[in-house]
Amino acid sequence: MLKEVFIDHYIYLALTLFCIGVLGVLIRRNAIVLFMSIELMLNSVNLLLVAFSSRMGDAAGQIFVFFIMTVAAAEVAVGLAIIVMLYRNTRSIDIGDANKLKW
Amino acid sequence: MLATYAFFFLAFIAIFFALLVVFSKNPIHSCLYLVLTMFAIAGNYVLLNAQFLAVVQLIVYAGAIMVLFLFTIMLLNLSSENEPVKSNLIKFIATIGGGSLLLVFVLALKKTDLGPAPLMFPNPNQQGMIQNLGKVLFSEYVFPFEVISILILISLMGAVVLGRKDKKVNPINE
Repeated sequence: MLKEVFIDHYIYLALTLFCIGVLGVLIRRNAIVLFMSIELMLNSVNLLLVAFSSRMGDAAGQIFVFFIMTVAAAEVAVGLAIIVMLYRNTRSIDIGDANKLKW
Repeated sequence: MLATYAFFFLAFIAIFFALLVVFSKNPIHSCLYLVLTMFAIAGNYVLLNAQFLAVVQLIVYAGAIMVLFLFTIMLLNLSSENEPVKSNLIKFIATIGGGSLLLVFVLALKKTDLGPAPLMFPNPNQQGMIQNLGKVLFSEYVFPFEVISILILISLMGAVVLGRKDKKVNPINE
């Protein structure tokens, strides 16, 4: 049985969460669930930054996580507004219907 | 010792609910499972002695962002009935793609030597405390901090402009 947690465990956890996020982006068509998967990927990267910051004893990693969270909040606000506009124009949340932007 | 068990418990919770986010049919359920994943990650931040980020994670992610998601889902009246689905072939190929990405990451990590030192639970150094983080944020990173406030302002205006009802635009399908 494992007695100690190494940095490897945190890397495996973050990688698994990141790949679940990639999987969600690939298999779902709902634009909002796509956004949630992207949030999952951002969170896994945050977790890895905090783990390394804690191991190295350097606060810079945690400052970066703070900035990533702020950018994620801004991104979600604009992204959800775009999704609402898309729904208002096409009456569908399917990301495949966004190809109407091409014409 | 207890913290080691807490780490594995939180890791299990995070991965389990992350899988449920991806695979549940109802978008509202996906959103609520994502809140639980955020809680597990906040618990990991507490384990790593990053208390400030744990609280920010709870307030910003589990609070503000997920409420925004839930609000949008309920505004658009989405449920599992009108949920668009991809074909099984595409799901199969996507699962293979995601799995191979994980495989590549894990194999690359196996080749890397990260040193033998385990993470200390609880961490003795105090760099995650709000006093220390505030000192670093407002001395070394004060310019990015100001820039990010402008970004927030721009995104606020962008959301308002995008969400406004525009009479001139004709809906495509009508």
